Amino acid sequence: MARPRAQPDAAVTIDGAPVRVFSGESLLAAANRAGIPIPTLCAVQGLSVWGGCRVCVVEVAGDHTLRPACATTAVDGMEVTTGSDRLVEHRRQIVELLFAEGNHVCAVCVSNGACELQDLAVDLGVDHIRFAYQHPDRGVDLSHPRYGLDHNRCILCSRCVRTCAEIEGANVWAIAARGAGSRLVAELDEPWGESTSCTSCGKCVAVCPTGALFDKGTGVGEMRHDRDVIGFLAAAREQGEWHDREQQP
Amino acid sequence: MAAALDLDVVTAAEQTRRGRYRQRVMVCQSISCLAAGAQATRTAIEQATDEEGLGHDVQVVPTGCMGLCSRGPLAQVVPRGGAPTLYGDVTAEAGRQLVASLPRRAPPPPAAVTDRVLDPDMPFFACQRRFVLANAGRIDPERIEDYVAEGGYRAMQTALQSMAPDDVIEAIAASGLRGRGGAGYPTAKKWRLLAAAGGEHKYVVANGDEGDPGAFMDRTVMEDDPHRVLEGIALAAYATGADRAFLYVRAEFARAVERLDAAIRAARRHRLLGRRVLGSDFSLDVSVRIGAGAFVCGEETALMASVEGGRGTPRLRPPYPTEQGLWGAPTVINNVETLANVPGIIGRGPEAFAAIGTSASNGTKVFALAGSLVNTGLIEVPMGITLRQIVEDVGGGIAGGRAFKAAQTGGPSGGCIPAELLDTPMDYERLQALGSIMGSGGLIVMDDSVTMPEVARYFMEFCRDESCGKCVPCRAGTVQLVGLLDRICTGAGTTRDLAQLESLGQTVRETSLCGLGQTAPNPLFSTLEHFRGEYLDLLVDGDTAGGEDG
Ligand SMILES: Cc1cc2nc3c(=O)[nH]c(=O)nc-3n(C[C@H](O)[C@H](O)[C@H](O)COP(=O)(O)O)c2cc1C
Ligand code: SF4
Ligand code: SF4
Ligand code: SF4
Ligand code: FES
Ligand code: FES
Repeated sequence: MARPRAQPDAAVTIDGAPVRVFSGESLLAAANRAGIPIPTLCAVQGLSVWGGCRVCVVEVAGDHTLRPACATTAVDGMEVTTGSDRLVEHRRQIVELLFAEGNHVCAVCVSNGACELQDLAVDLGVDHIRFAYQHPDRGVDLSHPRYGLDHNRCILCSRCVRTCAEIEGANVWAIAARGAGSRLVAELDEPWGESTSCTSCGKCVAVCPTGALFDKGTGVGEMRHDRDVIGFLAAAREQGEWHDREQQP
Repeated sequence: MAAALDLDVVTAAEQTRRGRYRQRVMVCQSISCLAAGAQATRTAIEQATDEEGLGHDVQVVPTGCMGLCSRGPLAQVVPRGGAPTLYGDVTAEAGRQLVASLPRRAPPPPAAVTDRVLDPDMPFFACQRRFVLANAGRIDPERIEDYVAEGGYRAMQTALQSMAPDDVIEAIAASGLRGRGGAGYPTAKKWRLLAAAGGEHKYVVANGDEGDPGAFMDRTVMEDDPHRVLEGIALAAYATGADRAFLYVRAEFARAVERLDAAIRAARRHRLLGRRVLGSDFSLDVSVRIGAGAFVCGEETALMASVEGGRGTPRLRPPYPTEQGLWGAPTVINNVETLANVPGIIGRGPEAFAAIGTSASNGTKVFALAGSLVNTGLIEVPMGITLRQIVEDVGGGIAGGRAFKAAQTGGPSGGCIPAELLDTPMDYERLQALGSIMGSGGLIVMDDSVTMPEVARYFMEFCRDESCGKCVPCRAGTVQLVGLLDRICTGAGTTRDLAQLESLGQTVRETSLCGLGQTAPNPLFSTLEHFRGEYLDLLVDGDTAGGEDG
């Protein structure tokens, strides 16, 4: 995409409001600047355009097909609608498809309350899923010393792939296989922990919109209580002796 | 370096060679006939020719598809200066007996041979118009001399010697040629965009992916007349100023790859390709790229990713390939059949082509005719022919005394045409108006034993399995659509399932990234449009159809 020039040099109408745009700018960027919300899942400012999640679709007057706002260059005179009933219904179905496709049990997710998929569902008023849950068993990769990857929560948005390649320059991630069998893989499909190119920078974890990538030790169920420690301390005080305890597993 | 080929000399030499034989026996060695045992037939015919001492008198020529594949193996005897006789069901034994009847004073052929004669005036042949397949069944695809002797590479020579690149584009525009890859985009318009694009290199890509189930048109053209495809590519490159070309062929078509490779080598040897073609200033580097066989790799942006060595996933357009194609350079992508039309158009003149077909859809279309018909095979018919003519005349009607139910065109991106619409002329606009598409040429005719929801399920499963997985509506949506169709087909579906099927279908159609997802619901919607009753009958709460929500 061309670098925006200093002065806006074109104008579009978004939901009836005139918006000045820079040449080469996407409809999404223009809308953002004008404070008009368009939902996104795969787009991140600063990363290359992917255009895969499709929740940012908008109507452009005169076009018979819908356009992804993140990947459509604003052209002078465009009239854009971002929130028609039809668009909202499409977005709801897409979000429901994502919930049905993976295992998104928010109550036990590391990202509960800090998840873009969850937020979008709330915004769209998705309170139940009309599609059949697929209950996949795609596995969890805990081989990395600091981070974890739960494939069952991955929505294949490729943010991590692009971040690692374009920002960190390490190129650890890729998406393998196809269709419903698509999967995030580290290097040539190795456990993440065995990746020699990963610098453990954590950028992919930071950019992940869901709880698929997470910092270890923050997950539900990862909390370890050590209830024996009190008895041990009391005994040490009473007996005036300090025997090394066996480490908790 | 060898001198440029003199096409006249080659043609004369080839005609002299042919003239030495009293009879030529053309044996179909194409896909369907091979499956019916044509290899054994060929061996038997060659052995018998030797045994009968006819080697100097009878020439045995392995050829491409003769069309009536359902009667394969096919063979044709062409006497010098006489009318050919076509034979069907030529088993190895029948082939031997056929040869035995060829010597000058041989006894009249036995019934086993005469019974196999096919009437050249039968509607199957009479309704066809061979333009792209002009050479199929008439030449040995492995010999460049055969192609040249039939007028091959003359169009290219004419263009290089007496036409400016723009003239070629104008001729294509005048012919009205539209893309045979499915969408029917005017070929000249695409070429003009490439011709106008700047840059050091430009590319032409022939799309030979052909992933539709049951389709084998492009494969046959590549296998049976590889030089025609190469000549079409060369003309496209000359017209647009491209200097490099790729033929993208799926790995399953091993014979097409082999033949194209050999044809490229032969053409280069004779300076019909490569540097300074036929001594002109035009140079073209052509090579074959093999795809791993994913339906989505027929989509042009996925195809380019695959040619570049990446994973075959589509990307957003714009930019269109003519702006940013292979390795960022301007690129034109055309279907194999589109390109195979080009030598004929330039050679015979655009008027000859424009005279065939309807006002908006010129020329012929090759179809792989399959399904419950008496005759099936590879047909080439003028655009605008009615579906009824294809089914009743070319196809010989429905086999086994059953009734016609529907025809599916355009494969998994297309739709069905019911009996009431049998008189629809087959052209781009009218098929689209019916909710189907011309597609690349799959044509499956179904009889009344077929249930349409199952047809929809079959194609939806195909799309689910072939989805690349990049975008959510296609990746996850096709999974749910198959699930819903499954419920309905197995009698467990409700009115609510049907409503959901339609609303999700709409989302998949409108929000998917590429053509695969955007058209995946077409078979569903078209069967719903014409055969809704069959869906309703399968619902558990079918009685309340149209009433309250189940
Ligand atoms: C999912 C999908 C599969 C396709 N498969 C093919 C194919 O196998 N062969 C083909 O020529 N075009 C195929 N196309 C169409 C191509 O993208 C492209 O439009 C075509 O090759 C252009 O050639 P034409 O203008 O000569 O028709 C496919 C499109 C889609 C969306
Ligand atoms: S943590 Fe490793 S995989 Fe993640 S972005 Fe950094 S280098 Fe890439
Ligand atoms: S791991 Fe996270 S960032 Fe990476 S593709 Fe999956 S959901 Fe997207
Ligand atoms: S529509 Fe299907 S095949 Fe096309 S990009 Fe999306 S997932 Fe891939
Ligand atoms: S944000 Fe535009 S397609 Fe994902
Ligand atoms: S393959 Fe032999 S006639 Fe078609």
